[in-house]
Amino acid sequence: MASLKELKGRINSVKSTQKITKAKQMVAAAKLRKAQAAAEAARPYAERLSAVMASLAGKVSGDSAPRLLAGTGSDQRHLLVVVNTDKGLCGGLNSNIVKEAKLQAKALIAAGKDVSFYLVGKKGRAPIKRDYESRITQSFDTSTVRNPGFEEAEAIAAELIAMFEAGKFDVAHLVYPTFKSALAQDPTTVQLIPVPAPAVADASDAVVEYEPDEEAILAELLPRYVKTQVFGALLEISASEQGASMTAMDNATRNAGDLINKLTIIYNRQRQAAITTELIEIIAGAEAL
Amino acid sequence: MALHFELVTPERQVRSEDVYMVVVPGTEGEFGVLEGHAPFMSTIRDGAVQVYRTEGAAAEEIQVRGGFAEVGENGLTVLAEHVEA
Repeated sequence: MASLKELKGRINSVKSTQKITKAKQMVAAAKLRKAQAAAEAARPYAERLSAVMASLAGKVSGDSAPRLLAGTGSDQRHLLVVVNTDKGLCGGLNSNIVKEAKLQAKALIAAGKDVSFYLVGKKGRAPIKRDYESRITQSFDTSTVRNPGFEEAEAIAAELIAMFEAGKFDVAHLVYPTFKSALAQDPTTVQLIPVPAPAVADASDAVVEYEPDEEAILAELLPRYVKTQVFGALLEISASEQGASMTAMDNATRNAGDLINKLTIIYNRQRQAAITTELIEIIAGAEAL
Repeated sequence: MALHFELVTPERQVRSEDVYMVVVPGTEGEFGVLEGHAPFMSTIRDGAVQVYRTEGAAAEEIQVRGGFAEVGENGLTVLAEHVEA
């Protein structure tokens, strides 16, 4: 049995932990609002871009299609671009992403494909390294900036496209969480390169004039599309990080509260026991006289 | 007589308003867009988009980098990667 003093120390330490988790929760809640607003602000651009892509991709097909759209003609070497957070304290978010990435890798390897990884964010490195150390080709550090934004997306996309042009891989997949709510972030995998041909939404009769021609525009558009996809993933990860962090810290705060209550009861009981023992000693002493 | 003009970057929607005319720096030359322009699509070079709110008004210049312009039924949309207002 711990002494009264030890118990008191324990209660105080749990209380200060609770203060930290509570503060982190409130910070995450505030940041979540900002991250969600950023994700919403990015939507119009992405929608427009895919609409234009859809109308163009339908027109340019066959041999004239750029490589980013048509692919290299083989699907032997796959690259998994895994987007993780840089900081912890966000519950099972990162381990869920890593789990999804490993699942994809396992399925691809079982199908006889070559798999390599390109890691974005710090937290995915260690767990993926454990299983697939030799397959990690490169990683991108987002921890130097506060909020990874379009500049980072541009850098990542440029590097990926350069790797593609150099013939380092045939197919690239992007693994990131989609933010559903503060409670749920689903890991998702989408094909990044070659750009999946979007469904042609509406075949409007209007004759659109192109300047320069369709192919040139499409060739210009595809890298932008890849950038936008990566940017979208970065926005999703930051919203998911804050959401998951908020939930995890809320749970931690509540658990700390429960623990404090339990420890306080034990503390009070022991104090009462000590008082009772003292009383018994006094009474016994008085009776003996 | 108003042209609906939208300027969008990946980070946010910069402009969405009705204007008189917009002059866009296309890759193959500048072009002005008025209401009722035929459907048209062009990549743009780095430069200034000039927005004329009303006929004869002074142009407001917005510097854009990287992107393309699309003229459709519902006006002109400029998608630019970077905008310096």
